[in-house]
Amino acid sequence: MSDNLIEVSNLVKHFEISGGIFSRNKRVIKAVDGIDFEIKAGESLGLVGQSGCGKTTTARSLCLLDPKTSGDVNFYNSESQKMESIDEIDDEGLRQFRRNMQMIFQDPYESLNPRWTIKDIIKEPLDIHNIGDLKDREEAVIEILKTVGLTPPQNYLSRYPHEISGGQRQRVSIARTLIMKPKFVICDEPTSMLDVSIRISIMDLMLNLAKELNVSYLYITHDLAVARYMCNRIAVMFNGKIVEIAESEELLQNPIHPYTKRLISSIPIPDPNYKRERYEVNYDELDKIISNNPDKKMIDIGNGHLVATHDTKGFFIET
Amino acid sequence: MSNILEVKNLTMHYETLDGDVDAVKNITFNVKAGESFGIVGESGCGKTSVAMSLLQLQAENGKISNGSILFDGQELVGMSENDLRKVRWDGISIVFQGAMNAWNPVVKVGEQIREAMREHNPKSTKSQNTEKINELFDMVGLDSSVSERFPHELSGGMKQRAIIALALSCDPKLVIADEPTTALDVVIQDQILNEIKNVQKLLGLSLIYISHDIAVIAEMTDKIAVMYAGSIVEMGPTKEVFNSPKHAYTKALLDSTPSIRGEKKKLRSLEGEPPSLIDKIDGCSFASRCPDRLTTCSPDEQMQLIEIKPEHYVDICSVKKENIT
Repeated sequence: MSDNLIEVSNLVKHFEISGGIFSRNKRVIKAVDGIDFEIKAGESLGLVGQSGCGKTTTARSLCLLDPKTSGDVNFYNSESQKMESIDEIDDEGLRQFRRNMQMIFQDPYESLNPRWTIKDIIKEPLDIHNIGDLKDREEAVIEILKTVGLTPPQNYLSRYPHEISGGQRQRVSIARTLIMKPKFVICDEPTSMLDVSIRISIMDLMLNLAKELNVSYLYITHDLAVARYMCNRIAVMFNGKIVEIAESEELLQNPIHPYTKRLISSIPIPDPNYKRERYEVNYDELDKIISNNPDKKMIDIGNGHLVATHDTKGFFIET
Repeated sequence: MSNILEVKNLTMHYETLDGDVDAVKNITFNVKAGESFGIVGESGCGKTSVAMSLLQLQAENGKISNGSILFDGQELVGMSENDLRKVRWDGISIVFQGAMNAWNPVVKVGEQIREAMREHNPKSTKSQNTEKINELFDMVGLDSSVSERFPHELSGGMKQRAIIALALSCDPKLVIADEPTTALDVVIQDQILNEIKNVQKLLGLSLIYISHDIAVIAEMTDKIAVMYAGSIVEMGPTKEVFNSPKHAYTKALLDSTPSIRGEKKKLRSLEGEPPSLIDKIDGCSFASRCPDRLTTCSPDEQMQLIEIKPEHYVDICSVKKENIT
């Protein structure tokens, strides 16, 4: 019996784009093209890559915001105590699933309804899932506001999003997410819009809550330094595929795939004494090799460090 | 090396219906010829307001109430609009934040650059200008065919490269880069930073680089000024400031930046939020968040930069603390 919370295998999400007269020219965008990963309970996995590589599409397919094209997503059901495929769950199961899987978005300025008070915003999930009576719900709101560090809670209940700062807004987003006591939270760049001095307090808050509430995160970011701070493991995505996945420190110390090397070498280092060496990659060639070899294989080089090979000769494995 | 830019006691406020917002308070700094000078700080600390006041491009309600800006020996404060036009782009050019979205969508990129060149140098012919553009494009890593394309045909990184070429089109002595890579992806950011560095070296440009990202500033600059709530709290050679930061805010900024190198360390966050600049703050604007606050600290004391080592300046309060501890 594995202690995986979520298992994804061969997840595919294609978008069909049509153009021309009567939409006769059809083109398929392979946003997510067969990815596999699993996340254990209480673990956080970072998903990094350039913009447009399919990070957000992966997240949206996972929580059924966009129906996936194919592939299996299995989620651990704590009631039946076994893995269940999200294709097979009924309506009640779906509600249960949604309760356990929540999402925090990038922009705290756009993800909160400007006409609602903070109390209404945080209480909404409880209303939708019909949990407790009105008094219970209000108590829960006050409790969760304390948890996310918005104290005293009474000061925030009747305020509107425009009356609080960006950092506080993101705390409200986190509160709204956690009030459902989810098992799994998808975070889509939750700190990239925040100022440096506030960013760390939000990241620390999320780390502490993960420990206390045993929540797993899928943490989407383009910043490897943030991923290293937040995540146990990191998966690197390129053009809809995961090319490398490993423990965070292992990935940074010992990257194998050329794209991972390129990504790591492009992160600025906050130390003026350090001279960074750029690792150059020919993207077109990389893309050609990858798309010419659809039968990608992930090779385990030890300790769960998986690297994609796109070539029978093991092109990307350097000895 | 001589100073290309000398800013002295620059003070600028925005007049609003709710009162005056003191965006830039009594700022003094120099930029030497060929040097790269960084301004770092959080949003709303006045970085961009400084850049805008240098060229007097701030919004209409922004008023410079005190100070002087000497560029290449010319005083820019109080200069007539006509004379300023000659300094803008010919002397100082600027790459705005998100400037890549400022291209006119219906005019070819090359023509838009030629337009600026015609305006500033009416004598040069079209073929001379085109030749110059090709040279500049080559420098920033663009193919010369890009000048015949429309902005929507280019990727974000290409548009930003073309913006840099535009900023260089009239041979300025000083380029102000205001968060030139903020909207870009990490890999593209890396390429653009590299391009800026190469061009700067090649042309011997002076550069003012503005960013909130301490890591980018560390790589791009020779000297930095750390800004907080409209004031410079610490200024000095980049290496020196990073190796031995003196001001509590500088330390907090450095401690709150994650890195992919070195030991994975616990990062430190700063309590509270920056003050609203509309409330008049007498004395130390950092006092309410300062982790090093001492009982002997007098928050009403005016902020003042003191030179503690050659070229390394820090706010007076940190100097006092240093002496006590």
